[in-house]
Amino acid sequence: MKPLIPIALVRIVQLGVKSLLLHKMRSALTMLGIIFGVCSVIAMLAIGEGASHEAQEAIKKLGSSNVIIRSVKRTADNSSSGQGKRSFVAEYGLTYRDAARLQATIPGIRRVLPLRIMRDDVRFSSISHPCQVIGTHPLYPEINGVDLLAGRFLTETDERYQNNICAITLSLAESLFTGQNPLEQEVKIGANYFRVVGIVRERGTEQKRPQSGATEGQTIDANVYIPLSAARNRFGEVIFRRSAGSFEAEKVELHQLTLQFENPESVETAVPLIQRLLERFHERKDYELVVPLELLRQAERTKRIFNVVLGSIAAISLLVGGIGIMNIMLATVTERTREIGIRRALGAKKKDITTQFLVETIVLSVGGGLIGVAVGVITPLLVEQVAGMKTIITWWSVVVAFGISALVGVVFGLYPARRAADLDPIEALRHT
Amino acid sequence: MKSQPIIQLQGLTKTYDLGEIQVHALRGVNLDIEAGSYVAIMGASGSGKSTLLNILGCLDRPTSGRYWLGGDDVSTLEDDALSIIRGQRLGFIFQSYNLIDQLTVVENIHVPLFYQGRDLEQCWDECVKFAELVGLGDRLDHRPKQLSGGQQQRVAIARSLVNNPLMILADEPTGNLDSQTGREVLEVLDRLNAAGKTIVLVTHGEEVATRAHRVVRMKDGFVDSDVLNRKTISTAATARPVAAAAR
Ligand SMILES: Nc1ncnc2c1ncn2[C@@H]1O[C@H](COP(=O)(O)OP(=O)(O)O)[C@@H](O)[C@H]1O
Ligand SMILES: [Mg+2]
Repeated sequence: MKPLIPIALVRIVQLGVKSLLLHKMRSALTMLGIIFGVCSVIAMLAIGEGASHEAQEAIKKLGSSNVIIRSVKRTADNSSSGQGKRSFVAEYGLTYRDAARLQATIPGIRRVLPLRIMRDDVRFSSISHPCQVIGTHPLYPEINGVDLLAGRFLTETDERYQNNICAITLSLAESLFTGQNPLEQEVKIGANYFRVVGIVRERGTEQKRPQSGATEGQTIDANVYIPLSAARNRFGEVIFRRSAGSFEAEKVELHQLTLQFENPESVETAVPLIQRLLERFHERKDYELVVPLELLRQAERTKRIFNVVLGSIAAISLLVGGIGIMNIMLATVTERTREIGIRRALGAKKKDITTQFLVETIVLSVGGGLIGVAVGVITPLLVEQVAGMKTIITWWSVVVAFGISALVGVVFGLYPARRAADLDPIEALRHT
Repeated sequence: MKSQPIIQLQGLTKTYDLGEIQVHALRGVNLDIEAGSYVAIMGASGSGKSTLLNILGCLDRPTSGRYWLGGDDVSTLEDDALSIIRGQRLGFIFQSYNLIDQLTVVENIHVPLFYQGRDLEQCWDECVKFAELVGLGDRLDHRPKQLSGGQQQRVAIARSLVNNPLMILADEPTGNLDSQTGREVLEVLDRLNAAGKTIVLVTHGEEVATRAHRVVRMKDGFVDSDVLNRKTISTAATARPVAAAAR
């Protein structure tokens, strides 16, 4: 039975290491090119992967079988519905009829979740806290990823009877009800009282909504959820807002519609239909369509391009490293011409000489590759510590980088090794 | 007692083609060398001694003519086959020792066996035995740079013996040594020959040549004279055998 690794190969590797250790400095410098190449491949891919992972997570949170339509106020349209600078009502955005039409005509839609968002202060006894008042349906937790911590969320009954009840987020509960149980307490929003029936937590609380429009980057951890019907009746369609001294009023029926589809495939066929339908009923484009699936695809495309660019840079650096190795090996062959002659005189075949020098080159490049892998795995961790960026080291980037470094050794070692083997033994022996 | 020649050369020529001119280094050499003999090749510089020795050592191929080594025609063999012959049947001793710097004494001695696929661990004892034979049993781990010229040449001799070759080829082995050290090296060769090794030695020194059984003088690529040295043969016969020298 043959041993797994032939002893002869082990000896040749030992010999290669021994020869390389004869010139430690030179060997180290030669390896440097490969070390940098491999390290940069792994580190750059890890940083890129981390960044795109974060982007993709944010997109996935929106749901890949969802389409989100948001009302958008267009600054150029301000004058169209009101005259004068100080006070006018900007009327724009999605309507209840839009929601009904979409639900009725677009194939593949499972559910439509309407959202009405107002900014106001919520008050309990003497404490007041700014918050988002979100008028919505009982479906909200399911579609937007909300955990119920205590009590209950809104129900169909609440919606039908326009009940003055609300669910609030945990952080809001903590700042309003210091130490008390918020359930069954009444909070005041505007002129109305709402009974707290549930405490919830949005998943990924600290994150800002990745969006423009009505909620402009506001954190979503101080929310009050009330039935949409209650929101409509208690607060009216016109929302007043104070900004920079002037008074603004907007008439918006719905701020957002989340369309949930049966599956990601039906999203693709539905998007053009949705656009056509909205174009027909909206003179101006006072809405925007967010298709997470498309964003996801785009993110993946971007990542692919990024990987290609990275790959090219890495390939070039490894190529340069390889040329460096070849250069040194050619010098080594010249320097050790006599050794080659001696070995040939003592029975070495051309093949043996080729192997010896090839192995030496591969030891250099694989050694460099191993060090490069080590440094390349540590670098992203440092980047994560220092720059606070998320990084993900993929196993395949390590394998590819290391594989290429070994390949570089073979490719760039072959020529010097051949040159060594093709030397005429007598000429080689005569070499001083 | 006439033994079967281990070397037979027939009309051997070697021409170096330098384009413009052709250098006829050997112009037809006929030579038989018997097993166990000790042959000195002498002649002026440029007379073709090294060229002849290189062909005998299968390091080079003749332009024309035949070369039988141990009964096999080796004049037209492929490169790989010549490597095998060198590794199994020949031992070389060079003027400039030609040891490998990064290897220790034992490792240098081991090189010919390495190319026969034998691991140093397997044949450690053998290699050490030959190191002891040339008086370097206490220098096994030394590198060539840590040894004197004479010691290095003795390592080379040990290395030339390790594969138990048909004959040993030496090109001016004492050329780089002072006369005292040179004599010591030659004495080692004498003992080897006394133990039965065939030796072919290229030399300039007349004194060196007196140790040989036979002196072949070269001139312009021919064998100019070929003389047996009866006196040496009788003294060689009484020399101590190698086995005894190793003690
Ligand atoms: N590689 C070579 N190329 C051309 N001419 C050579 C070569 N080797 C030897 N010669 C020539 O062949 C002749 C014999 O050389 P050589 O055998 O080295 O002589 P010696 O060893 O007796 O001094 C010389 O004229 C030398 O110049
Ligand atoms: Mg010569």
